[in-house]
Amino acid sequence: MTIGLSHYLTVAAIMFTLGIFGIFLNRKNVIVILMSIELMLLAVNINLVAFSAFHGDLVGQIFAMIVLTVAAAEAAIGLAIIVVTFRNRGTIDVTEIDLLKG
Amino acid sequence: MYQAILFLPLVGALVAGLFGRLVGARPSEVITTTLVLITALLSWLAFYQVAIQGEEQRIELLRFIDSGDLKAVWSLRIDTLTAVMLVVVTMVSGLVHLYSIGYMEEDTGRPRFFAYLSLFTFAMLALVTADDFVQLFFGWEGVGLASYLLIGFWYHKPSANAAAIKAFIVNRVGDFGFALGIFAIFTLFNSVQYDTVFASAPDHVGETMNFLGMQVDALTLICLLLFMGAMGKSAQFLLHTWLPDAMEGPTPVSALIHAATMVTAGVFMVARLSPLYELAPIALGFVAIIGATTAFFAATVGLVQTDIKRVVAYSTCSQLGYMFAAEGVGAYGAGMFHLFTHASFKALLFLGAGAVIHALHHEQDLRRMGALRKVLPFTWAMMLVGTLSLTGFPFTAGFVSKDAIIEATYAAQSWVGNYAFVLTLFAAMLTSFYSWRLMFLAFEGKPREPKEVLEHAHEPPWTMGVPLVILALGALLTGGLFFHLFIGAGQAEFWRGSLVTHTGEHHEVPVWVMLAPTFAMAAGFAVAWYFYITNPLVPFGLAKRFRGAYLFLLNAWYFDALYDALFVRPAKRLGRFLWKTGDGTIIDGIGPDGIAARVIDITNRVVKLQTGYIYHYAFVMLIGVALLITYFIFAMGGLKP
Repeated sequence: MTIGLSHYLTVAAIMFTLGIFGIFLNRKNVIVILMSIELMLLAVNINLVAFSAFHGDLVGQIFAMIVLTVAAAEAAIGLAIIVVTFRNRGTIDVTEIDLLKG
Repeated sequence: MYQAILFLPLVGALVAGLFGRLVGARPSEVITTTLVLITALLSWLAFYQVAIQGEEQRIELLRFIDSGDLKAVWSLRIDTLTAVMLVVVTMVSGLVHLYSIGYMEEDTGRPRFFAYLSLFTFAMLALVTADDFVQLFFGWEGVGLASYLLIGFWYHKPSANAAAIKAFIVNRVGDFGFALGIFAIFTLFNSVQYDTVFASAPDHVGETMNFLGMQVDALTLICLLLFMGAMGKSAQFLLHTWLPDAMEGPTPVSALIHAATMVTAGVFMVARLSPLYELAPIALGFVAIIGATTAFFAATVGLVQTDIKRVVAYSTCSQLGYMFAAEGVGAYGAGMFHLFTHASFKALLFLGAGAVIHALHHEQDLRRMGALRKVLPFTWAMMLVGTLSLTGFPFTAGFVSKDAIIEATYAAQSWVGNYAFVLTLFAAMLTSFYSWRLMFLAFEGKPREPKEVLEHAHEPPWTMGVPLVILALGALLTGGLFFHLFIGAGQAEFWRGSLVTHTGEHHEVPVWVMLAPTFAMAAGFAVAWYFYITNPLVPFGLAKRFRGAYLFLLNAWYFDALYDALFVRPAKRLGRFLWKTGDGTIIDGIGPDGIAARVIDITNRVVKLQTGYIYHYAFVMLIGVALLITYFIFAMGGLKP
């Protein structure tokens, strides 16, 4: 069995779905949400790289690098926000962070 | 000169009222008092020119309303009747201004007080110089306003506010009739000028007018409606309830407005419109009956009052009744004469009572006075003069004018006249009794006031003393000096048609009628002497034995309770119903409050969607993105191969 494009896409879809469920089913920690988002971005990256190889077009791989960069920056900001939240509220439990509640 | 008489008080009122804070209390007092005293001097000059020399004047000031047939020109009508009123109003007003400088010296609102006094003077002068019904109405309402402001001058006292509102509302009832009367005059005569109306009035005798679906005699209707206004303003029977309560105002106000001038506006009005009233005999009879009833009623109530000012107030009410009784039997001159003399002796009594109250630090209850003659000999002498004149001691002013009225009622030779004669004669005895009762309770007997109050009691300062002396001279002398002009042989020449005079048909009255008022006065004095000097326990025994009658008189024939039950409480109930049920439940409940409540209900439900959990928002976002993408994929033509 040769590994084809559809296998990569399937893996990426599974990872993306895992990321989604990570966000929703997680009842504990904001960091888990951050990690889940990261997971979803990586799934997208896999898609980009897979299509790039399939089409023989390098633009996709370059775009994946850009996404990685942005993801790194986003992770840094996200972690910084979490630190600040913890300092202010003493917790990063997602069930406790409900200031927007009406 | 006549413009100055009218407008100087207004200038004073504006200066004191608008710039009182700027110029200070003392300059405000001096300015207003000086201006009104100048006006008083000019008024005497006017009296001499107009009444004695006969130079009547019409001065047009302003074309006020010019609309179709309605032409109201603001002009001054200066004839004898006006001149008499000018003298009365400006003299009493000037003296009261002067008196108030002493009386109000501890009050903080003096500029306001003097502004109101001067404003009142202006309005009253506008009333008496009126040449048509519109200006009469202007002055009529102006004095009502000033009266309201001055009764409620001590606005921090709830009772003063209540009294001011009461005076205003009771006067509205009368003014309602007054306004209807003026409308009826315009409908009938197509004019509001006095001269036009008087000239064409004889042509309208016997004409009828539709009123409340009935055909009634037009002139009688007009006179009765106008008299309704006079009943309100002059506190006559049925509309008298506001006058005793008006004593909540400062005492100088009571002297000026509620004794000498404003309450006599009704008497003046009937005299001014005497050509109309002469043509409406039924209305004239009604005037006499109401007047005589008031004279009797107020005198009976005055017998038992314990507040020194209320005694004098009921006395005023009673004396106004005398004036109307005189006018009702056609003796307009006698009515005006009594107005003239009454102004001096009643203002004297009020200002004297004010001096007593001032000396005793605002004690008004007669039961806590006594033996003041030794402490306040000057005030006692002044009050004595006022009392002698009021009760009709021979040859004082009150004696001359009151006897003239009682004789006129007898001479009328009609059942109305006889009714008025009996009641006014009896009231004369009651007047004598309650006046001497006041004197004996306040100045004789044992001291009933606290010791330190008695020790601090002092005679009034000169600003209060001078007006008392001048008014006392008036109370003694005006009767003799002016008898000849007002009601004597010279009356036709004096009034010169400004009011109706019946000369030539002068009835000779029997000697006993001429002496009766004096005997009534002596009887009242004797009873008062017996009750309050020789045997002070008798009144208490009588009050206990005839408790019902005593309470009936003390509560002024229960008129206040009656009106309270008939009008005040139903009106309040209606208001409460409209407020709570009509406005609160129906309008607000269905309108603004109902809609607002529904909006809040819905938003409360919507708000529950906002849980505040990040993952819920993320989920919603994701669903949204999924839906959008699905939409674009399928709606935009699906996936291209």
